[in-house]
Amino acid sequence: MVKLLINGAERELDVAEDTPLLWALRDELGLTGTKFGCGMSLCGACTVHVDGVATRSCVTAVGDVAGSDVTTIEAVSGKAAEAVQTAWEKLDVVQCGYCQSGQVMSAVALLSENPKPSDQDIDAAMSGNVCRCGTYVRIRAAIHEAAKLMEA
Amino acid sequence: MLARHLDNDSPQLLGSDVFGRPMKAAAELPASRRQFLKASAAGAGLVIGFTLAGGNKLAALAAAAEGGFAPNAFVRVAPDGTVTVLIKHIEFGQGTFTGLATLVAEEMDADWAQVRAEHAPADASLYNNLHWGPVQGTGGSSSIANSYEQLRRAGAAARALLVQAAAEAWGVPAGEITVAKGVLSHDGSGRRSGFGAFVQAAARLETPVEVALKPAADFTLIGKEAPRLDSRAKSRGEALYTLDKSLPGMLTALIARPPVFGATLVSFDDSAARAVKGVTDVVAVPQGVAVLGRGFWAAKQGRDALQITWDESTGETRGSDQIMAEYKRLAEKPGDIARQDGDAETALAGAAKVLEADYEFPFLAHAPMEPLDCVVQLGEGVADIWAGSQIPTVDQGAAAALLGLEPQQVRIHTMFAGGSFGRRATPNADMVSEAVNVAKAIGGRAPVKLVWTREDDIQGGRYRPMYFHRLRAGLDEQGRLVAWQHRIVGQSIVRDTPFAGMIQNGIDPTSVEGANTLPYHVPNITVDLHTTDVGVPVLWWRSVGSTHTAYSTEVFIDELAEAAGKDPVDFRLELLGEHPRHAGVLKLAAEKAGWDEAPAAGRTRGIAVHESFHTFVAEAAEISLAEDGSFKVEKVVCAVDCGLAVNPDQVKAQMEGGIAYGLGAVLHNALTLDGGRVEQSNFHDYQPLRMNEMPEVEVHIMPSDEPPTGVGEPGVPPIGAAVANAVYKATGRRIRRLPFDLHDFSAA
Repeated sequence: MVKLLINGAERELDVAEDTPLLWALRDELGLTGTKFGCGMSLCGACTVHVDGVATRSCVTAVGDVAGSDVTTIEAVSGKAAEAVQTAWEKLDVVQCGYCQSGQVMSAVALLSENPKPSDQDIDAAMSGNVCRCGTYVRIRAAIHEAAKLMEA
Repeated sequence: MLARHLDNDSPQLLGSDVFGRPMKAAAELPASRRQFLKASAAGAGLVIGFTLAGGNKLAALAAAAEGGFAPNAFVRVAPDGTVTVLIKHIEFGQGTFTGLATLVAEEMDADWAQVRAEHAPADASLYNNLHWGPVQGTGGSSSIANSYEQLRRAGAAARALLVQAAAEAWGVPAGEITVAKGVLSHDGSGRRSGFGAFVQAAARLETPVEVALKPAADFTLIGKEAPRLDSRAKSRGEALYTLDKSLPGMLTALIARPPVFGATLVSFDDSAARAVKGVTDVVAVPQGVAVLGRGFWAAKQGRDALQITWDESTGETRGSDQIMAEYKRLAEKPGDIARQDGDAETALAGAAKVLEADYEFPFLAHAPMEPLDCVVQLGEGVADIWAGSQIPTVDQGAAAALLGLEPQQVRIHTMFAGGSFGRRATPNADMVSEAVNVAKAIGGRAPVKLVWTREDDIQGGRYRPMYFHRLRAGLDEQGRLVAWQHRIVGQSIVRDTPFAGMIQNGIDPTSVEGANTLPYHVPNITVDLHTTDVGVPVLWWRSVGSTHTAYSTEVFIDELAEAAGKDPVDFRLELLGEHPRHAGVLKLAAEKAGWDEAPAAGRTRGIAVHESFHTFVAEAAEISLAEDGSFKVEKVVCAVDCGLAVNPDQVKAQMEGGIAYGLGAVLHNALTLDGGRVEQSNFHDYQPLRMNEMPEVEVHIMPSDEPPTGVGEPGVPPIGAAVANAVYKATGRRIRRLPFDLHDFSAA
């Protein structure tokens, strides 16, 4: 049994401690907003927040986050999250959308730490999130837009 | 024996649609239109079916009403006024939900806020691709193009019925009723109402046989950038993909596939796999050995624990280098003729200057973000399949054949797909066939979700084929292009598939498109093809033949321009007299890129133009070269002529995405074989383009009254050549072997 704090609720799971958090979220808790893309921390589709830090859930063992505060796309909230999701919709960032949960989670983590990121900051924070549709131009623009929304 | 009995009418088994909304049985459409209208009127409100065939002749509608043609059904209006458009083309990023719904909403005069979209079920009699004949499917950048009139007529028919119902209810002439933003109005009586009030009455009316379409000047949605219908759900993790589908008792399956293509299973030891907690079954299927378990992680650990003996003697054991060496030998001899104008050989012999260049293209994996997956539930005389189905007719047929069912007994629930780029359009329905085989192997005991890992995806084949190109061209004393000889060597994508009928006179058009359609005026042209035998499964990859023909032709024409002492844009324009749309986008891209002015210090530019799927795209790339030899594509200026742009913002999005997809491949990607084994496995050695490499992109759309053509693929072809031509300016080196990563520019 592993005890986790997921989206503010305590959850007890009958899984081995080395089970990746991604599969505990998806298959045990039905939180399917977090996606599987590579299983090796190479694409960022599985990004969640662990104590507010953008974390690749596909290589994070559930045993390692017991006692930590895990937030997924289903429950991400706050000023930065609101700004990011508003900007994402305003600029019609998404295409296939599969990577976008991870993109949004990385962008929210970035803006929470750094409310006015430069292009270089965006490159640094977002280059771990792959988008095969190539929505990068709009992701960049939407992060700048979200920064503006947060100022207002 | 199929143990589970499926209640056909049970909505909870269908679950929810791709937005997570509860799904009603409305997806199952009775075949007869009359029945169809009646059945729907009883429940979900007005369903507008209408019929046409053989193109868009209104006369066909009357004939269809007598039973001569199959009906089509695209529009539903709920009592609350919500307009739901059934989308016959899968939404995997390119914007079909938004684009096709726009066509309907425009002619209905619906308010965009009341418009919804959902995938149509698999039924080629209703939802075939009008460019493909009796096949329902998405590809060739055809979704908007083939639907443009069909869905506008569907919208216009819906509007006409609502107007007629309102006219009868209000006791006023239909001709005096106007509709705008989802509101019907009659000025004389001051009556106004939304669509919802008339759905019951409209459902009892006959579909009008004649509907008038709006003139373009009256468009309020087409050409006006309606926001995407899926943005909100996809920004919030609410959109549902196949991987997200769950059914009671469902098992997850992973398949261990052969280590080389074509190897066969000898034996396996599953004792360690079965010892993994959560593993329920290990079964042999035609594609390999499947491990099933409760959840992905159990199945994955189980598969990792399998011990399998394969017979590789039946497989393809050559390496990429060996295959390419054979292609080069083949290129010494003429192939099957794909185009012949004049006499290129003689003209080359008499040319003042002859240039020759060879180009090498690697296998490429599509690597969509969502690896392949498919959910299957078998019942008595029925199978339900949830998948990112790109060609439902093929998927349905394949599943039916495996299950001994009629195709209509296979119900396909198309889900959002996490990209495809061609990968989900497999002639053998690979993911569906695998999932069905696994479900059969466990006797239909439980629903099965088949999942491919990224490693399965990269190593699983169905690649863009390897190609070798040899180009020779001659210039006369005045620098005029007098001869062009283009030889292509590579595998056929359609041979040995249901699409083999596309091959004419030995030529698979997907091998030579973009080469045999060279737009430049050259009096003597030969394009020929060697189709090769290689045991690696291949497939169309975003923009198909143009992925390689645009590169070789547009890099080579640049080289010829230089040899002729002319500017690359001027040289092309002189040869494009008969192709004004190529010339138009080339001029537009050059102008917007500031082609006539020198780029900033440390920057160089290259340009390329290409037509694919009847859409014309020119791209000017600007690069910077660092001292360590690395270069960055800083900016791409793109001009596109896709006829009328139904949604200009989404046209731009597809150009941005096409540039990113093509750029990642030419910079980084090669799928290579060593002894038949794929050497790459995941995103560390098959590097996708990332944020830090993405150039600024500026897209300019050529104003046009021509009917719309597609944009999903045409943004891809020019980018490689545009970058290569810029790299030449910076380094003096012509890149003839892809990807660019193979080359060291530090000494340049």
